[in-house]
This record gives sequence, C-alpha cells and structure tokens, in this order.
Amino acid sequence: MAKQISCSRSRDLDKLLLRSGNLVGPTFDPGTDLRNDLQEYAKVLVVGAGGLGCELLKDLAFSGFKNLEVIDMDRIDVSNLNRQFLFRFHDVGKPKAEVAAERVMERVNGVNIVPHFCRIEDKELDFYNDFSIIALGLDSVEARSYINSVVCSFLEYDADDNPREETIKPMVDGGTEGFKGHARVIMPGITPCFECTIWLFPPQVKFPLCTLAETPRTAAHCIEYAHLIKWDEVHDGKTFDPDDPEHMQWIYSEAVKRAELFGIPGVTYTLTQGVVKNIIPAIASTNAIISAACALETLKIASGCSKTLSNYLTYNGVDGLHTKVTEFEKDKDCLVCGPGILIELDTTISLKKFIDQLEDHPKLLLSRVSVSYRGKNLYMQAPAVLEEMTRSNLDKPLHELMDKCPKDIVHVTGAAGKSGSKQSCLRKLRVVFKVNDGVIDMDVANGA
Amino acid sequence: MIRLFKVKEQQKEAAGSDGKPSVKKQSAGELRLHKDISELNLPKACKMSFPNGKDDLMNFEVTVKPDEGYYKSGKFTFTFQISAIYPHEAPKVKCRTKVYHPNIDLEGNVCLNILREDWKPVLNINTIIYGLYHLFTEPNHEDPLNADAAAVLRDNPKLFETNVRKAMTGGYVGNTHFSKCL
Repeated sequence: MAKQISCSRSRDLDKLLLRSGNLVGPTFDPGTDLRNDLQEYAKVLVVGAGGLGCELLKDLAFSGFKNLEVIDMDRIDVSNLNRQFLFRFHDVGKPKAEVAAERVMERVNGVNIVPHFCRIEDKELDFYNDFSIIALGLDSVEARSYINSVVCSFLEYDADDNPREETIKPMVDGGTEGFKGHARVIMPGITPCFECTIWLFPPQVKFPLCTLAETPRTAAHCIEYAHLIKWDEVHDGKTFDPDDPEHMQWIYSEAVKRAELFGIPGVTYTLTQGVVKNIIPAIASTNAIISAACALETLKIASGCSKTLSNYLTYNGVDGLHTKVTEFEKDKDCLVCGPGILIELDTTISLKKFIDQLEDHPKLLLSRVSVSYRGKNLYMQAPAVLEEMTRSNLDKPLHELMDKCPKDIVHVTGAAGKSGSKQSCLRKLRVVFKVNDGVIDMDVANGA
Repeated sequence: MIRLFKVKEQQKEAAGSDGKPSVKKQSAGELRLHKDISELNLPKACKMSFPNGKDDLMNFEVTVKPDEGYYKSGKFTFTFQISAIYPHEAPKVKCRTKVYHPNIDLEGNVCLNILREDWKPVLNINTIIYGLYHLFTEPNHEDPLNADAAAVLRDNPKLFETNVRKAMTGGYVGNTHFSKCL
C-alpha cells in the first residue's frame, strides 16, 4: 500500500481516496475501486470557459476526473488574457470552449474534454441530465436561473414529499466580481436552490430616465443617455448590439459630446463598455480562489471523501481578507425546487371540477383560481380578455389538457385562506392521475 | 455519490434510451407573471391585449383611455416586455403612441420611477398600469423627458391644454407632427 501511494501519478489523490478518516461522508468506501469509478463513471459539465471555467477545467482535470465537458458561447477577447490563462494572444477570436478543452487535454494526460460552442439554451434537457455534477462559472443572474430551473426539473419527490435520491443532480456554483466572490453547493431538494435565495441579489443600479435626459451629473449618466435615449432617436428601429465595436464606439462618442456639453469629466471607452455591459473589472486571484473551492467541492460530492461545504461561501479580498460560510435553508414553498402539494385525481375530472375542489382542499383553500401547465394557460380568471380566451377549457377533462400525462406539475394562483383573511398566492401542485376505478373525488387523505 | 452515478450509468446501458423527450418547464419569472396577471384589477380606462395569444404572457399591450384631465378621450397604447428573471428586473414598457407629454418622449420612453430606480420585486403589473394611468391624469413638469412640453405645462397651462388637444386631434405642435389618437 505504501509503495503504491509513493510512486503512482495519483499519489496525492490516493491519500484522500484509498483510506478512511474522521471527516468522510456516510457512504464513503475507500479503495482503488472508488478511484477508478471516479474516472470511469463521473461525468462533470463545466458551464462557462471564462475566468472561472478555465480554472475549473484545470482543477478538475488535476483532481482525477477523466470525463469533462465544457460549454461556452463566447469567443476569446484580448481583455480576457489577464486571467483566462489557457488563452494566448494568437487565440483571440477563437471559441473559448474549444481552445480551453484543447489546452487542458494537452497538459493533463488521460483527461477527455468535449467542448460545446453554443448557448446553454440551445442544448436539449437530456444533455444536462447526462452529467453527474454540474459546475457553474457563469456571469449573469439569467444564466444561473436557467440552469437552476433545468437541473431542478429533474428532481422528483416520493409520496412522503422526500426528494428521490437518484433524481438529485448536484450543482456547484461560483461567481466573482473584482475582489469578491462566492462558491456554493446546491443539492436540489436538500439545500436551497438558486431561486430559493434569489432575494440575496441587490437590484441593479438604474438611473431615472429624466436624470439622463435633463440633469446628468456623472460620466455614467452621459453614457446611459447615449445608450438608452440617443441611440433610438438616431438609429430608428435598429437594435443596439453591445458586442459590436462600431455600436460601442458610437455610444462612446455621443457620451463624450454630452459630457462636454455639461462639463462632466471621466468618460472613457473602458467606462462606456463597463456601464453598457454592466462589467466589473476582473482579476486572476479571485477567480482562482473561487474555482479551487468549487473543484474541491465537486471532488468531495463525487467521492464522499470529506464533508462538503454547507452551503454558501463568501469571499472578500478588498479590505483585508475575509471569508464566511453560511448555511442557508431551502424555501419549502420554492416554485422551482419545492415538492408542491401532492394531488391525486381521476382521469375524467373536468378542469372546472378540479378548480372547485381546490377551494375545499385543506392545504389550499383557494378561490378565484387560475391554472397553468407547462407554459399553457389552461384557465385565467382575469383579465377579462384572457378569461374569455380560456373559458372553453373549463369543461374539458384535466387529464386531456395535460396531454394525458400520468403525472406532472401544475401551477395554480388564487386567493387562499378562510374568508375574511384571504391572501393572494401561487402554488405548485404535483398532480398524479389514478387509473379510473370509479373514484371521482380527490383522494385528500392520501395526498394531504 | 459515485455509487449512484455508477448504478445509473449501468442501468442506462442495460435499458437503452427511454424515448421520452424532456419538456422545458416554466421559469420562475413566468410563474410569478402568471400570478400577477391572473390577479389584475384594472381601472376601467385600461384594457389589455395579448398579441401572441393566451400562452405568451411575457409580451402584451395595455391601452389607456383617460376619462379626465388634459388627455381625456385620447387612446394611448403601451407595450410590455417581461424578462425571464421577473420580478428581479422591472418590465420594459414603451409608449407606442406618439404623444405630447412632459414625461413621455417622442421615441416612446416613459419616465416612471417604478419602472427604473424605484422598482422592487414586491411591485407588480397592476402597480405599473396604475402608474401609467396616473401619468395622464397628473402629468408633472418636474424631472421631464420632454423639456418643451414640461416648460409649457409649468408656465402656461392653458397653452399646454391647447397643445395636447392639437396633438391628439392630429396636427403640429411646434415642429413636431402628431397623428390623431382620439
């Protein structure tokens, strides 16, 4: 055993995987099988091949993972080169995912990385379901919200509202902004998902339009004036493209003119890009720290070799150096990862009857109900125009309106509570259709 | 977790493909929007329409027909565009009717605080529509988007009233032509 550890390439990793310890996970099973299984069966997707993505790919490859894939829709830009170390000057213009995959495979023998040069929305849901763990190196709320909703959609609950273990797809999410960053572990159904804690994000800074139009005081005001007001006045109909350098140059020159008019200093091309695209300058060290934490968590989740982060790390290097781990709790009513309320129905029940029964369901007590299913509005009680458009669905069987699915998620909105203290609410329902055996009422005892 | 991955992988190899295509579920933004819309309590002067049908709630139009004030009897249409991360981000609202108004410019940009700096996720579509209605019943000349209109409202309300009438019936105010919107 000692000889095996000192000579092999995975000497350091073996110290974690081949022997037991005091901090190991409950199902940890040390041995060469574990190490080999990690290489053969663990498939990790890295979303983003930028500041965090490059570091993640390197760290994961060095951590013994052999099956990696990376997805990124961007091309390499010269401004990336201060931290996205896999790229060189002559790579500018090439797709990030492809170059990153190639470079890490050159350096680490045996790792296989499949690049995907496309948007995350362009992939089928099955693509994401194929992976054991998904590591995120994204730069926007929208992208995280999207991946979160996809991954949480794989989650299924049993009749006791417990998440089914084989449908839990772990995510490790990292984010950085200048000298600050965060790393978090998301186990859908167990830890809070991205949506459960979306209130953590502060709202974006938006200037009043009238300030931009009449009383600018800062360089940012001048830039936003050119971006939001002047552009439409001159380029009637043409959409502004922040990635087109000619468009950006136009915004910059208009901003300069405006600044001169009002005697405001500080408008530069870099600031223009920053304000228009909401960019915060990025540095290598923050990305390295956060990705390292994420890669380590990925290894721990996959192997069980030690306790995982529970569940949100924040890092701040701007005033001294400070890190903190907070254990956030999931929102049991979360629309994205929550179990919802289990409702068992007969296949013959009409939409109208279903809505009526929600009023008496002890966990719901919903009146003035509207129902939606997979983006289709089955019935809207307001406004008048939508009520008219959906009224005809009321007499149809709910099972048919749900494309004859045996079980699926339905969302209902309405006013909840006993009369006198009604509150507006939005609920997620897990509808399960029972094979028709004469029972028409909802099986409240079983489902509640 | 590795045991779980191994078992799943081996099951997959044994079973072959399931054949069931996974369907995209709604984003949390769409769900919250569904709630806001199903609870709308619009003033009589405001009507909604859904140009993309009943299943696309993210893009709709609101027509305001003020029944009092300077803009009485006028008909003004606004387009609403909701993002996938609503209510984290405010809806994008533009006025599609060219109007002579201190707080709406000739490109259709609307200066309403709750659409930008004062937006909070606890607000909803109802509050925005009321805000838009309020713009017509109480236009204000402080913090204007259309400086000329604001100045006239402030210094010469009678002339402002005349200008608004002229613009709504179709005609010129200064060098700008307005189409009829009564």
